[in-house]
Amino acid sequence: MYSNAYILRYAAIMVILVAAILSSAAMLLKPLQDRNEAVDKMQSILIAAGFENVNSSNAIEMFNDNVTQMIVIDQDGNLIDEYTDDAKENSMAFKLNLKEELYNKSLNKPYKLPLYIAERNDKHIYIIPLHGVGLWGALWGNIALKDDFITVVGVTFGHKSETPGLGAEIETPIFEDQFPGKVIFDETGKFTSIQVVKGGVASLPADLQKHKVDAISGGTITSNGVNDMLQNVLESYVTYFKSQE
Amino acid sequence: MSTKHEKEPLFSARNRKLISNPLGMENPITVQVLGICSALAVTAKLKPAFVMAVSVTVVTMFSNLIISAMRNSIPPRIRIIVQLVVIASLVIVVDQVLKAYVYDVSRQLSVFVGLIITNCILMGRLEAFAMSNKPWPSFLDGLGNGLGYGLILIILGFTRELFGSGAIWGYSIVPQALFDFGYKNNGFFILPPMALIIVGIIIWIQRSRNPELVED
Repeated sequence: MYSNAYILRYAAIMVILVAAILSSAAMLLKPLQDRNEAVDKMQSILIAAGFENVNSSNAIEMFNDNVTQMIVIDQDGNLIDEYTDDAKENSMAFKLNLKEELYNKSLNKPYKLPLYIAERNDKHIYIIPLHGVGLWGALWGNIALKDDFITVVGVTFGHKSETPGLGAEIETPIFEDQFPGKVIFDETGKFTSIQVVKGGVASLPADLQKHKVDAISGGTITSNGVNDMLQNVLESYVTYFKSQE
Repeated sequence: MSTKHEKEPLFSARNRKLISNPLGMENPITVQVLGICSALAVTAKLKPAFVMAVSVTVVTMFSNLIISAMRNSIPPRIRIIVQLVVIASLVIVVDQVLKAYVYDVSRQLSVFVGLIITNCILMGRLEAFAMSNKPWPSFLDGLGNGLGYGLILIILGFTRELFGSGAIWGYSIVPQALFDFGYKNNGFFILPPMALIIVGIIIWIQRSRNPELVED
């Protein structure tokens, strides 16, 4: 039979040991993890903009070569920072915490937004990072627009913990390949975003099809999350786009 | 004293049984009814089912090994908490290491790593086996149960992806001609209730072939 003192000692030592192991593992590995996250972000931006053969080993180099300008705008579409140097990851636009800025937006406080400008085949491509919520956690991604600020070149999505096989399908080509060629404004210049809808886009009239993509079966809440994320982020850039035309 | 005691070979008949039994007669899902929740959640496609099967196998093996090595010092009154701490820290360390060194794999695994902690097979095997057996048999018991769990997961993933999405491992295999003929993917297979039905059918087949598994 074990005494109470033994049990308390046992529990205390175990907890301290485990805490020490876990916190040192977290601290030692943090720099490597941050590095991986930054590389992953660059990869995802490049893929959205349509660059091919991007992998984790060449992402930094390709990013610095092809993304020519990193800018930050405020809520009224005014330019507040512009970065064109080589090490793009040091720019304000790359480091900006989008989640915080969108939170400020929801509180009607002033906020800042990043915009990445890449050059491919002598054309500018404008890449907008996205942030939103799905069913279980955060969603994020990038949407790349042509230099007309209307037509989508490509998208990439990512998620923290959506259900595999259902909501998590948003990061597969089946879902992402629906976006290129869609437009975010209608003929009259009104902002429409890209809507993620149930029930089959193919059966809708052609003038509606170009603003909509099919949702994921069994992933309704994640699909709605993508829809709201696109709406919420893209609408914040409308003033800036209008000022550039 | 122990020198006179003949040493049991590493893969004696008894130890081999520890691996083979959980594949059939003592299967964690169909007989012990453990780990049903994750079996429903992650088997809409074959690939995540496979990844989950491998992750759970690795964690059961090592948590069984660690707990078995500690078993004589653990006070019985707090043993569940001790087991939980070992499982949770093991999973967190693995998750952190994956994120740091193989980021791609870690992205593939995404939620699975966290889900492993909640899998009742882990605690079930620790309580039923590792707390009263030596480290090596416990390690094999973990391996066997992980594989038995994985076997069912792969059957589920295969069936659900084939009928639900017309694909295997993400590659479409149902020919277009069949779709032109009026064949449709069955959306019900993508949803968790269908996994429960398939598990039920597997249990039914297994019990009708092995009458000793049938309770009164």
